[in-house]
Amino acid sequence: MRDLFESTIERLLADLSTPEAVRASEGGVWPTALWSAVEESGFALAAAPESAGGAGASWDDLYPVLAACGRHNLPVPLPEAMLANWLLGRAGLDAQSGPLSFAAGSTLTLTDGRISGRLSDVPWGRHVEHVIAITPGAKPMLVVLATSTATQQTQRLNLAGEPRDDLDFDGVTPLASAALPNDLSNDVLLQGGAMLRSAQAAGALQALLAMCTQHATERVQFGKPIGSFQAIGHQIAVMAEHVALASVSAEAACAESGDDGLAWLPIAAAKVCSAEASSLSAGIAHAVHGAIGFTHEFHLHLTTRRLWAWRSEYGSLTDWSQRIGRAACAGGASGFWPSVTGGQLPALSSPGTTR
Amino acid sequence: MIAEQFKYSRIPAAAEAQRAEVRAFLAEAMAGIPAIRRADSWMGFDAEFSRKLGARGWLGMALPTQYGGSAAGPFARYVVIEELLAAGAPVSAHWIADRQSGPLILRYGTDAQRDRHLPAICRGEQYFCIGMSEPGSGSDLASIKTRARRIDDGNHWLLNGQKLWTTNAHKSHYMIALVRTAEPTKARHEGMTQFIIDLRAPGVTIRPIRDLAGSEHFNEVFFDNVELGPESMIGTEGQGWEQVTAELAFERSGPERFLSSIALLHTLIDAIGPTPDALQAKEIGRLTAKLIGLRAMSLSVTAQLAAGQNPALAASCVKDLGTGFEQELPEIAQLLHDSQPKTAGGSDHARVLAQLTQMAPSFSLRGGTREILRGIIARGLGLR
Repeated sequence: MRDLFESTIERLLADLSTPEAVRASEGGVWPTALWSAVEESGFALAAAPESAGGAGASWDDLYPVLAACGRHNLPVPLPEAMLANWLLGRAGLDAQSGPLSFAAGSTLTLTDGRISGRLSDVPWGRHVEHVIAITPGAKPMLVVLATSTATQQTQRLNLAGEPRDDLDFDGVTPLASAALPNDLSNDVLLQGGAMLRSAQAAGALQALLAMCTQHATERVQFGKPIGSFQAIGHQIAVMAEHVALASVSAEAACAESGDDGLAWLPIAAAKVCSAEASSLSAGIAHAVHGAIGFTHEFHLHLTTRRLWAWRSEYGSLTDWSQRIGRAACAGGASGFWPSVTGGQLPALSSPGTTR
Repeated sequence: MIAEQFKYSRIPAAAEAQRAEVRAFLAEAMAGIPAIRRADSWMGFDAEFSRKLGARGWLGMALPTQYGGSAAGPFARYVVIEELLAAGAPVSAHWIADRQSGPLILRYGTDAQRDRHLPAICRGEQYFCIGMSEPGSGSDLASIKTRARRIDDGNHWLLNGQKLWTTNAHKSHYMIALVRTAEPTKARHEGMTQFIIDLRAPGVTIRPIRDLAGSEHFNEVFFDNVELGPESMIGTEGQGWEQVTAELAFERSGPERFLSSIALLHTLIDAIGPTPDALQAKEIGRLTAKLIGLRAMSLSVTAQLAAGQNPALAASCVKDLGTGFEQELPEIAQLLHDSQPKTAGGSDHARVLAQLTQMAPSFSLRGGTREILRGIIARGLGLR
């Protein structure tokens, strides 16, 4: 299953998520044909159970799909739609077709069946038809909202020119709603977002490493390829180590996230490793590419700017590190190693937001 | 290509099931052992403890039962060794034999060599050291000069030369040494052969070298007309370099490359207490995340070794990143907690901090320097 997913998405995105398409998207164009092709592939629905209209695919199987989205700088919210449909399925709601996103942060209130409040930093918010969110509080509800019913849209772009919009709602009836399953944290969309970005970053980092090795073997200075100089070779080697660390951590985060919930500690660890690898690798990649890589014309920045953006979305290195660190210290030294091997820190889920 | 080298590999349930038993054993065997001795783990030599592990079937776990192994496989072995390291158990006596000499003898040895060494390794009774570096040959291993020449009927060898920085030579029974058996040519990796050398043989002199902290772990070993019988050569004459390269993947990818300082992380967490400030929480969390990631990397290399591959690049990644993590630890401990390192007296944390601050420089020297590892990775990536 996983191999088939990987080859299918790779073929699709290599053809359609081209640097030209990505640049056009950064200019504000919604790539209608690309979204249609992505939707036709079925991946947007894949994580929802068959009963909800999906394919019941596991995050383990879907990791290569997320990584491919990162590798090709995909300018449509496929990862977001995958997570949203997975959660809809978990809450017993039907999966949504059409461009779909989610909000990890909201001030929503649900009164007499009507939703009011703000969704913040909605990926591709201005382009999607539907968005899902969780109402804060002791009895969290998962709601599906039509973006056309928003009273106000505050448009923002992340560092890579990807839309991250705020949407305000005032007394609208959600298209669907259900109680958030008890075994899921109120923060499940933050957690899920961190898992998505870690996996996308893994793909992007792998692409970045390939660009560096290619450039360093082709670019000649002082009569030989620059990669043959130890000073360059060792920098790329260090980058490779961090790409490996970020990749295997992201894969672990997906593999350990099953139907019984997303895996807090593996996701937290993946987001930390991914953020550190992103800073370090983007820096090395630009050093290796020299001034060529600093131009708008050369495609290196399509990847490095996304890594700089994604590392701070859904919790920064500091934010996730502190969550882990507080939980580790709360467990004391005697609990530390069993947490590492067990993949769980009992105190990790953030107090106040879980029930 | 990095992604293919590092596929996530979960420990199979059967291997994982062993963990509770190992923990229970260690809780009893290590009861009352102070933190400073736990900090010694990988360098802690305790033959009685090694024999206890052998009796439980926890040595030679990757070796077949006909040679005394448990054939439990590499993941079951991984569970045992990471638990030993995490508890700071004294594993130094058998470590090299269990990790690489045993697998090497199984792979390249004759039946007689396997019978002579493997059952004793599995019982925790036969200890090995690795003879690679020499006075003029550190990172440039192919420049070694220790020479074995055929004598008599051509089946015996006469060995002359010197090995240096040989960990545990003074406490081991055998050394597996890489030596020249032919004059060096332009193909510098040819003409080398591995031998199993009985360290009690006439002509072998071993002198411990004190390290900067005053401990004696490594040695210089002199060979003065040491006669080696036909049973001493292991593998194929002239193929020593290839054999050593395969052995190094075992040496470089294991959990000792990021767990040998875990005693310091333990004392640091306890020194900080249950309510860390923002900086303490951030740094402890970052280290924990990296440890989890390193363990996943190491496990994925274990899966490749189990499949009979030689993941030189991947193993080098684990070691370089792992030793970097370990070298960062004492620095972060100083950053997060105001305690002066003490070599005598002082708290557990102060003692462990002093010990590991002094040991830290060796982490990126032993088993291949940072620079050599990065060179291997760069070559693996096709850069040169």
